[in-house]
Amino acid sequence: MTRLTRRYKFAASHRLQSERFSAEENRTLYGKCNNPYGHGHDYVLELRVQGPVGGASGQMVNLVALDRLVFDEVLHDFDHRYLNVDIQEFQKLVPTSENILRVIEERLRARWPAEWPKLDSLRLQETARNTFELKAS
Amino acid sequence: MFVTRKAEFSASHVCAQPDLTPEQNRAAYGPAANPNGHGHNYVLEVTLEGEPDPATGMIFDLSQLKQIINREVVEPMDHRFLNHEVPPFDRVVPTVENVAAEIWRRIEPAFEGSRARLHNVRLYETEDLYVDYAEDRA
Repeated sequence: MTRLTRRYKFAASHRLQSERFSAEENRTLYGKCNNPYGHGHDYVLELRVQGPVGGASGQMVNLVALDRLVFDEVLHDFDHRYLNVDIQEFQKLVPTSENILRVIEERLRARWPAEWPKLDSLRLQETARNTFELKAS
Repeated sequence: MFVTRKAEFSASHVCAQPDLTPEQNRAAYGPAANPNGHGHNYVLEVTLEGEPDPATGMIFDLSQLKQIINREVVEPMDHRFLNHEVPPFDRVVPTVENVAAEIWRRIEPAFEGSRARLHNVRLYETEDLYVDYAEDRA
C-alpha cells in the first residue's frame, strides 16, 4: 500500500463569532479568537491520497494536476484573505479549523476526478501547537 | 511496538518516460522532467514492528538497523544520479513512490529471522511531499 502526502500553505485571517450566541457568550466561548477585527495564521494543509502506483508513470497521482486543483479550489481563494468576509462559505459558518477542513474537503470533492486515487485524509495545522485531521468521507 | 530510525541522503533524478514526448513528460511530472536532472535532500524514516526481547529490552538492535540502512540505501544512493547509477532507475521512473518501494525491497530481507518486521517506509522528497510505503502481506 502506498500513501502520498502533499503539503500546502496559506496565510489567512479569521474571527470566531457565531450568530447563535450573544456577544458575551461569544467572548466566553472563543476567547481572544473573538477579538472584533480578526487575526491570522499561517495554515499548513496536508492532503493524503491512497491508491495504486501506475506501472509506467511511477505515480499515484499527477502532482502537477493535484497542485493545480488545490490552487484553483483552495489556495487561490484562501491565501491572504479574511475568511469570514472573502470566502462565501464562512459568511454563515464559523471558520474554526474543523469547519475549514470540511469546506476544503467539499471543494476538493466537487472537482476530484473519478480516475484519481482516493482522498484519504486532510490535516490542517493552524499553529505549530494545533493540528486537526479529517478522515475523508 | 514500533521503532523508527531516520536517515538522509542527497541524490539527483529525472522523472520522465522515454516513450513520451517532452511536452507529455512536462505535463505529467512538471519541472521534475527537466532533462538534465535536479536533486533533493531525501529523508527516510524506517519503522519496524515487534515485541521487545525480554532480555535486551529491544525490538531490534538500532546500530544494526543503522548499518542495514547505510549499506542498502545511503551508500548506494547518496550523492548519486539515481537514473544513471542506481538500478532499477535506469528503467523505472525514480518518482518518490518508486524510490520508497525500492527501499522497502532492499531492506526488508534483512529483518528475516529477527523479532522485528518492516512496518513502514516513509520517504520525504521535500518537506512538502512524502510517501508511506508498506508492501501488502497475506
